[in-house]
Amino acid sequence: MVSKPRILGFLCHWCCYAAADAAGVARFQYPPHIRVIRVMCTGRIDPVFILEGFLQGADGIFVGG
Amino acid sequence: MVEAGRSPNIEIITNADIQDVSGTAGNFSVKVLRRPRYVDETKCTGCGVCAQYCPVTLPDPYNRYLSPIKAIDILYTQAIPSTYSINPDHCLFLNRQECKQCTRACQTGAIDFDQKPEVAVYQVGAVILSTGFKEYDPARISAYHYKDSPNIVTGLEFERISSASGPYMGKILRPSDLEKPGKIALIQCAGSRGSTSGNTYCSSVCCKYAVKDAIVALEHEPDLDITIFFMDMRMHGKGLESFHERAKELGIHFIRSRVSEVRRDSQTEDLILKYVTEDGSLHHDIFNLIVLPMGLEAPDGNFTLAKAAAIELNPNGFCRTELFDPLSASREGIYVAGGFRGPMALPDSVMQAGGTAACVTELLAPARNTLISEKTFIEERPVEQEPLRIGVFVCNCGKNIAGVVDVEEVKKYAATLPGVVISTDNLYSCSEDTQVLIKETVVKEKLNRVVVAACTPRTHEPLFQETIREAGLNRCLVEMVNIRDQCSWVHAHEKEEATQKSKDLIRMAVAKAGLIRPLDEPVIDVIPGGLVIGGGLAGMTAALSLAEQGLECYLVEKTAKLGGNLHNIHYTLEGENPQDYLKTIVDQVRNHGLIQVFTEAKIESVNGFVGNFQTVIKYGQGPQKRTVELQHGAIILATGAMTFRPDEYLYGKSRHVVLQYELEEKLASGSFVPAGDDTIVMIQCVGSRDDSHMYCSSICCSMAIKNALKIKEINPSTNVYVLYRNMGTYGFHEDYYTQARERGVVFIRYDRDNKPEVTEIDGRLRITIKDLLINNDVVIHTGLLALSTAIVPQQDDTLERILAVPRSADGFLLESHVQLRPVDSYIDGIFICGMAHFPKPIDESIAQAKAAASKAGILLARGHVRVEPIVSSCDPDKCIGCGICEYFCPYNAIKMKKKGKLKKAEVIVAACKGCGVCASYCPARAISMGRFTDEQIFAQIEAFGRN
Repeated sequence: MVSKPRILGFLCHWCCYAAADAAGVARFQYPPHIRVIRVMCTGRIDPVFILEGFLQGADGIFVGG
Repeated sequence: MVEAGRSPNIEIITNADIQDVSGTAGNFSVKVLRRPRYVDETKCTGCGVCAQYCPVTLPDPYNRYLSPIKAIDILYTQAIPSTYSINPDHCLFLNRQECKQCTRACQTGAIDFDQKPEVAVYQVGAVILSTGFKEYDPARISAYHYKDSPNIVTGLEFERISSASGPYMGKILRPSDLEKPGKIALIQCAGSRGSTSGNTYCSSVCCKYAVKDAIVALEHEPDLDITIFFMDMRMHGKGLESFHERAKELGIHFIRSRVSEVRRDSQTEDLILKYVTEDGSLHHDIFNLIVLPMGLEAPDGNFTLAKAAAIELNPNGFCRTELFDPLSASREGIYVAGGFRGPMALPDSVMQAGGTAACVTELLAPARNTLISEKTFIEERPVEQEPLRIGVFVCNCGKNIAGVVDVEEVKKYAATLPGVVISTDNLYSCSEDTQVLIKETVVKEKLNRVVVAACTPRTHEPLFQETIREAGLNRCLVEMVNIRDQCSWVHAHEKEEATQKSKDLIRMAVAKAGLIRPLDEPVIDVIPGGLVIGGGLAGMTAALSLAEQGLECYLVEKTAKLGGNLHNIHYTLEGENPQDYLKTIVDQVRNHGLIQVFTEAKIESVNGFVGNFQTVIKYGQGPQKRTVELQHGAIILATGAMTFRPDEYLYGKSRHVVLQYELEEKLASGSFVPAGDDTIVMIQCVGSRDDSHMYCSSICCSMAIKNALKIKEINPSTNVYVLYRNMGTYGFHEDYYTQARERGVVFIRYDRDNKPEVTEIDGRLRITIKDLLINNDVVIHTGLLALSTAIVPQQDDTLERILAVPRSADGFLLESHVQLRPVDSYIDGIFICGMAHFPKPIDESIAQAKAAASKAGILLARGHVRVEPIVSSCDPDKCIGCGICEYFCPYNAIKMKKKGKLKKAEVIVAACKGCGVCASYCPARAISMGRFTDEQIFAQIEAFGRN
């Protein structure tokens, strides 16, 4: 287990990104390890983005859409 | 709401009452009393520091008094305007001249105790009243003892309990001890459908929201034991009956009974319910929490409003409207939508709101565009050749960000990033003075990219785009970093980590900013005419509305005459004459100079996209048959629905079995006159709410009641039996159901598994039904059986296939959002209305048709479509012509076109939504997404790794 994992997130503008904002409005607390890249749809995510994320040192990739 | 708040043509006036409406349609003076909020709207940034310092707490009305707010607060987070206000009843300074903590806390000097009530007069051409409804007061139901126990909550209270932003953070707890309730009961018709409650009508929405609440509660706590007590489950409306079925599958119990008493057990704080089930047996049952999904009623303010606006109310205290003119109040030029008309669900409110907008546009068509504000901008500065100069603006958001994130450190860090020439911080990035500062900095520092680290781009990107545009930069040259909603707010206790996250996110955004380019906002011209397909009530209403808005319109009908299903309606419950109305509207449509009608017409092909359609139709018969190509900017689909023809209950086999509309025709024409010793039987839900059509057709119960009452009107001694599964006379039609029972119509309930049996013996029908009350078979002999059959979608779906407009699982046209966009199809520029969307009564069809005309009218009258520069573009040199993008595009926005010998992908920008599916599939990387290019995303990923 990595104690401070580095997570890269790809979030759909319309749903998951909006949900992450809503979590903020509701002041939900969650671990501070994710770094988010906003896309207009998860359909935009080329599998290469995910591989590149791992190459750049991500411990996990979160795709939310 | 944010959109309304942003429109330069909408002025939002809150905290206000209408005092008087004088003048006439097209020229009203409206006197408005504006109550003081003691906070200057122009200065308040919505940071909330005042509320943190305010010492007065009071129960929060938004959370249904289950949690506290302060005497200075905002109703809820997303409220528009996002301005705090002071509650004058509880503020210490306003009542005792002490405190003023808020004044000291507010860093923008927005608190203003000198505000006084002001009367303002507005000159307007038309008025729309949409003042909403009130929840019935549960304390008025004496048998339920609401006030005795905190564990009896209303539906709205339960919604707040289940909400993540509610008092218990989304945990289902009961208020008395904050323990998880194991058993929950929901009791329907609380404050509706009863003379004792004072409201005899059905509130239309409570069954639906009770089922929703029950399902949501189960999603939170899957082991809850939930029971819904009901009289009839009224799940009319699109997709709702299957929602009801899903609730049953999830294990929610449904008990048909009106609970007679709720008592509190003072030892356990549990509640004891007393009720009688359908078989007549008495039960007592214990629950930990009771939910009363309250009925809706007219707010007391309706009377004052009606007086001020000089309009009439109906006997229930809602606005009086007419069946064939459902959106107009009794005074010309005043229109009405939503809960002020009566209880209704969300999609109906939205449709009516759209419909009233059409009514206003029709009335004020000659004045269109005379008072519109459009922003003008200075010329854009070309930046392509300039070396990169990025400016970073880090927001403190009062204490919202700065209270967690070390803004100073983040600002210094940003200054070290490649390409950044200035990094600064501000108290509130969204405030007006910061906009001025950003503009000045762009000019002074010759910035060509701007990064704003603040809140979410979802709400604030347009603001910063506009700000840099005013400074002469292309809108696309700004990138936002979300260090509030997705950082400081959610990592409130991890300050170092949140600071690190902010730095990482800014580094990623700066890396992307280095690669963003100015993009054009494509503008596409719109052909200012509409095509309405379907000449029934909805189609004619839509066409007439477009024409009255001053827009040209083609109306295409497949049969030889206009009118559709309205030809089958001869009288209504409300006492109107539909055939008179039909004649009037057909004349209006036929004689309107802007409407061209094609009958006996068939759509051959439709090409093009939003704003630019070409449709080929064939029309006429025999030697007069013609083909014509029509050019238009929008399409309204009003293709209607059909009556289901069953193969059960001897329909088609016995001349004594007819459909409900055939009975109506017989009664209206006098070809059948009920005699005193006649017995007429009606069977409901034939082909509805079963496996063949899993939905309630919404109108059949009212139709049966209408015919039953007609029979009783012609001959009070005729026996009428209605065999039903669930009476669905929602809204004000409930009163006619009561009337039918009072006049002696006999209602017998049957179950889906115990359908009535019909046999014909010696020219008479013998109907056997199991009466659930006496648990025994009842036999009725009759000479006439009328079947209330389902309303089903048009069988032929050629048109939808031509248009690529999808249908829902029920076979009706699919709207792009069930609740919020009920007239938009999935394809831009195509709108839907009437029974093609879902079975609905006359007034709802008219409202929806007007809403579709309103949406189409916006598009056509504007004359152009502006496309956000997020769309896809294809580099023809790289494109290998494989066509995978065309195949996967969900919006038909890519077409393969021959260029020379090769095929190349071409994007129809007007139809593209920017999802990027094409770009991620393209094997040649020929497709690039505006503002989300591969290079930009790779730069972000690379910057993510660079820490």
